[in-house]
Amino acid sequence: MSVYIVDRRFDSKHKSSVNRGRFIKRFKGQIRKAVADAINRRGVRDLDDGDKIGIPSKDITEPQFQHGAGGIWEVVRPGNDRFNSGDQFDRPPHDGGGSGGRGQASNEGESLDDFVFTLTRDEFLDIFFDELALPHLVKRQLARIDQYRRVRAGYTQTGVPTNINLGRTMRGAAKRRIAVGGPYASQLKALEAELKQLLESTPVDLIAVDKVRKEIAVLHAKIEAIPFVDTFDLRYNNRIRVPQPTTQAVMFCLLDVSASMDEDKKNIAKRFFMLLYLFLTRNYERIEVVFIRHHTVALEVDEDDFFTSRESGGTVVSSALILMRDIIAKRYPSNLWNIYGAQASDGDNWSNDSAQCRELMESSLLRLTQYFAYIEITDGAPQNLWEEYDKLVSTHRDRFAMQRIATVADIYPVFRELFKKRL
Amino acid sequence: MPGPPVQLVQHLPTGSEWSIETITEYDEAIGRVAKRFGLDCYRHQLEIISSEQMMDAYAAIGMPVYYHHWSFGKHFLATENRYKRGQMGLAYEIVINSDPCIAYLMDENTLPMQALVIAHAAYGHNSFFKGNHLFRQWTDASAIIDYLVFAKRHIAQCEERYGMETVERFLDACHALVNVGVDRYKHAARMSLEKESLLQKEREDYLQTQVNDIWRTLPPHPEVDVAAQEQRFPEEPEENLLYFIEKNAPLLEPWQREVVRIVRKIGQYFYPQRQTQVMNEGWATFWHYTLLNTLYDDGMLNDGFMLEFLQTHTNVVYQPPYNSRHFSGINVYALGFAMWRDLRRICETPTDEDKEWFPDIANSDWRKTFDFAMQNFKDESFIAQYLSPKLMREFRFFSLLDDDSRDKLQIQAIHDESGYRAVRHQLAQQYDLGSREPNIQVWNVDRRGDRSLTLRHFAYQNRPLEEDYTKVLDHVAFLWGFTVRLESQNTLGHVTVVDERRSDKSARNT
Repeated sequence: MSVYIVDRRFDSKHKSSVNRGRFIKRFKGQIRKAVADAINRRGVRDLDDGDKIGIPSKDITEPQFQHGAGGIWEVVRPGNDRFNSGDQFDRPPHDGGGSGGRGQASNEGESLDDFVFTLTRDEFLDIFFDELALPHLVKRQLARIDQYRRVRAGYTQTGVPTNINLGRTMRGAAKRRIAVGGPYASQLKALEAELKQLLESTPVDLIAVDKVRKEIAVLHAKIEAIPFVDTFDLRYNNRIRVPQPTTQAVMFCLLDVSASMDEDKKNIAKRFFMLLYLFLTRNYERIEVVFIRHHTVALEVDEDDFFTSRESGGTVVSSALILMRDIIAKRYPSNLWNIYGAQASDGDNWSNDSAQCRELMESSLLRLTQYFAYIEITDGAPQNLWEEYDKLVSTHRDRFAMQRIATVADIYPVFRELFKKRL
Repeated sequence: MPGPPVQLVQHLPTGSEWSIETITEYDEAIGRVAKRFGLDCYRHQLEIISSEQMMDAYAAIGMPVYYHHWSFGKHFLATENRYKRGQMGLAYEIVINSDPCIAYLMDENTLPMQALVIAHAAYGHNSFFKGNHLFRQWTDASAIIDYLVFAKRHIAQCEERYGMETVERFLDACHALVNVGVDRYKHAARMSLEKESLLQKEREDYLQTQVNDIWRTLPPHPEVDVAAQEQRFPEEPEENLLYFIEKNAPLLEPWQREVVRIVRKIGQYFYPQRQTQVMNEGWATFWHYTLLNTLYDDGMLNDGFMLEFLQTHTNVVYQPPYNSRHFSGINVYALGFAMWRDLRRICETPTDEDKEWFPDIANSDWRKTFDFAMQNFKDESFIAQYLSPKLMREFRFFSLLDDDSRDKLQIQAIHDESGYRAVRHQLAQQYDLGSREPNIQVWNVDRRGDRSLTLRHFAYQNRPLEEDYTKVLDHVAFLWGFTVRLESQNTLGHVTVVDERRSDKSARNT
């Protein structure tokens, strides 16, 4: 009698995924809040990983009728090291020596203030980006098709000689020859056998032999007459044009690094850029990021320099906008790239320059970009740049947005506000 | 025990790597020894699974099929998180009380661990499931998988027809009552997939007519009305809340009654397991210990195997003292294993004390005594019957009284001559589900008036309910559809109304 062993290791591993999904769906509200908290708390680089999330466990308990603390409890405990019957002593503070509900295993095995679990990267980001969509993204992707790619699509019977597919053609020819010549070949075989028999028999019937030989000759002629390659056999490679939606995006990060931008403000700006970047990675296959920092002059830098720079001096915002325009013209033709701009500043600007900024935005940048977001990191009154930009909002509502941020905790709601679904 | 045949000793495979062949070899060897000891088991089937699948199985209380619900997802996430952080190892085994008995082996285990699990689950637990009266009486091992398939299908159909959220909300309410949804004394009917499916429709129709009859709105006959008014409903208090709701809740749809029934049936299926933890785990531990040691004595296992096995075994049966950081109640493995071993000692080499305490089993055939004890007891009675003074001394048990009407805690009894009986009695009480869980019964339904349902909590030792009861009460009100009242009766017989849920028909979202 041999035992029956089933190897289930290669069965589906995610039997619980339905239940897991239901749990997440059910407590989406709490989880979303936890995710938002997590984003505010942590370094933004960690965002892209799945992460441990804690939600209040009181929200998700499955209640049962149970004994509460109080009343009379008599419990047996092991490991007596000092007691004698009749001993009396004070209640240990805080549950200690076995009062209250410790006699029974609690339903969850342990009581924690937070129910902690791990979200996968996708779950985390899905919740994070839930209800967010860049404006006109879908429209843009569906409607704007100016890229085509030629792909092979089988074979055709017509075409230009350069496209002849030799393998297919010869294969077709061989098939045709076999198909057409097949009956002749079998007749030939039969006749040859007959001939052999006639020749071996004695006496040899010369008349019959002659007749058979003639027939064989006729058949040979017929087989010879089958063309080696017929026009009918020709096959050409077929290529068709497939529309290619632009799935690449470039994101311009414009950061003011003038003296008035302190570390805190830069930090806020950094998080905002990171969030935008994360969002774009969800929607585009390929994303490039251009970092432009500016004080009185603008400079394209790499990511490390961008966030760690310690420049100081006055502020000319337009320098950055001009540089952005030039880079677009040079490297990112707007028919091939979805262009997004994100600008962070404390609103301080050389006052004559703000009007020029608005002018630049209106005449070129807003035409080139899908979306341009400006955040002003300040807790003070609006500065002149804000006032100038404000004039753009009414005329370019669909591709320009601006918000003010005071603290790190404001970022998430502002981000949502900026990119919330516009229907 | 028959003498082992020592002539043809053949070592079992060694090393830590396992393969299907080596597992088969071990299973056969263990099976032979089990047979020699006369263990009566169901056929069994070993299933090899990965750690992730083990977590899946955890979440579904070990069942291979289960309906979907978010709470299982919650358990899965909790397990996964603790496992990945290294806060807990997974249990080495899960065993399902079915025929054939299914034991899961985790692929990360070493060969000695697989052998341990086979001995523990496939022979130990298996024979307990087959022999113990509670399992024989309450559960039908041959039909449980079928029933779960039926349950999963029914709930999936309901979700399709009535929407996932509606069904989920309803299941939440049923789950809240699962501990008060068991028949403690009555016999459960046998289940089978065919029968269930056949009877389901019939039952739906019948139930509806019954319920409608209770709530008949025709003008009553005046002459019988007086008598009817005085007749209580239910005539006797009903302990099984889910059963009562399934049969009598006025507003439930037939599919909802069926869902209540499914939750109730599955809860009932697990009821024996909750009542026999010490016995069952102890029994399985005793047998893996005995079977593997016998194999070692026969010369089939080498020392390396035994060292690994013993290390795991001692970890499993460790009982930290009450003041240890690791203390979390009495370890059922430790207590159970110690009791079964002690029982064998009493049978084979009783001391004078044992002869005085256990005159009828001292010097008896231990296998017969074992089978009798295994078949006819549950934790509570098993401890009351067989916990020996020697074991109480070894565990250094003491009994502590915490009465909230007194300032101080008091040690009631310890492991000494005058305390043995009190400690034993108290420990047995601790394993009585009746005292571990609050006693709540359906007390009355106001059939002629507002249709309100009154539950009565019989406060054992004046213990109040945990605050969660308010949420449970919400669920009861949701199921019942009308006002629900919770009363509490203390040990002196005073009754107070604890809480009340006014429920409005129109507020129900079903």
